[in-house]
Amino acid sequence: MKIEIVSAAFNPWEQLQAYEQTLTIPRSKWGAVANFVGTMRDYNVGDTVKSMLLEYYPGMTEKYLQTISERALTQWDILDTLIIHRVGQVQPGDTLVLVAAWAGHRAPALEACRFLIEELKSRAPFWKKETLEQGSRWVENHTAI
Amino acid sequence: MTIVVKFFGSLREEIGKSEVKLTAEQPLTVAQVWAQACDEAPLHHHIWTAVNMTYVDQNTLVQDGDEVAFFPPVTGGSDEN
Repeated sequence: MKIEIVSAAFNPWEQLQAYEQTLTIPRSKWGAVANFVGTMRDYNVGDTVKSMLLEYYPGMTEKYLQTISERALTQWDILDTLIIHRVGQVQPGDTLVLVAAWAGHRAPALEACRFLIEELKSRAPFWKKETLEQGSRWVENHTAI
Repeated sequence: MTIVVKFFGSLREEIGKSEVKLTAEQPLTVAQVWAQACDEAPLHHHIWTAVNMTYVDQNTLVQDGDEVAFFPPVTGGSDEN
């Protein structure tokens, strides 16, 4: 299990591959790796978004992500999980989040991955402030799934 | 007793500070901590609260040395996909 908050741009595919290298469970036991990668868009509710500040609660955010990872490992028959989340100033096209779950079969891998990203989205302490063409605003509501 | 109070997101900007330290004679609820830290401003129901980095409700009792945080509903970093 790995949780990481990063303040610089990261390549999710490199991170996924690098973490796989550290797994002690042999590849022949996995069967399935489900992952989700979230990327910053350049628009939101009809406006062009130039950049965004991602604020978090150092300590609590990691603790919450650890809690949901442990829940996923208990609730589903999965082997391991990975969450990497970007914070700070981000630009459209930047990767914001990577979530992955390894399992023997696809159903638990997909379900655990979905659980992690939805829990992260709805309960993990992150806040977004968008910079628009004119001014800036805090994002107050979730947009569509 | 001493309590550290933190504010995040838009609430931090509205209040104009990210952290304050409070002293109190006796245990306070989260709502009482808010009142003392924010000059009796109303604590809206939609504000999320945490003690020692765990979500709690506004009636939770705060102990000496605790860290209390107030913030707007979270908006994640990944909800747009």
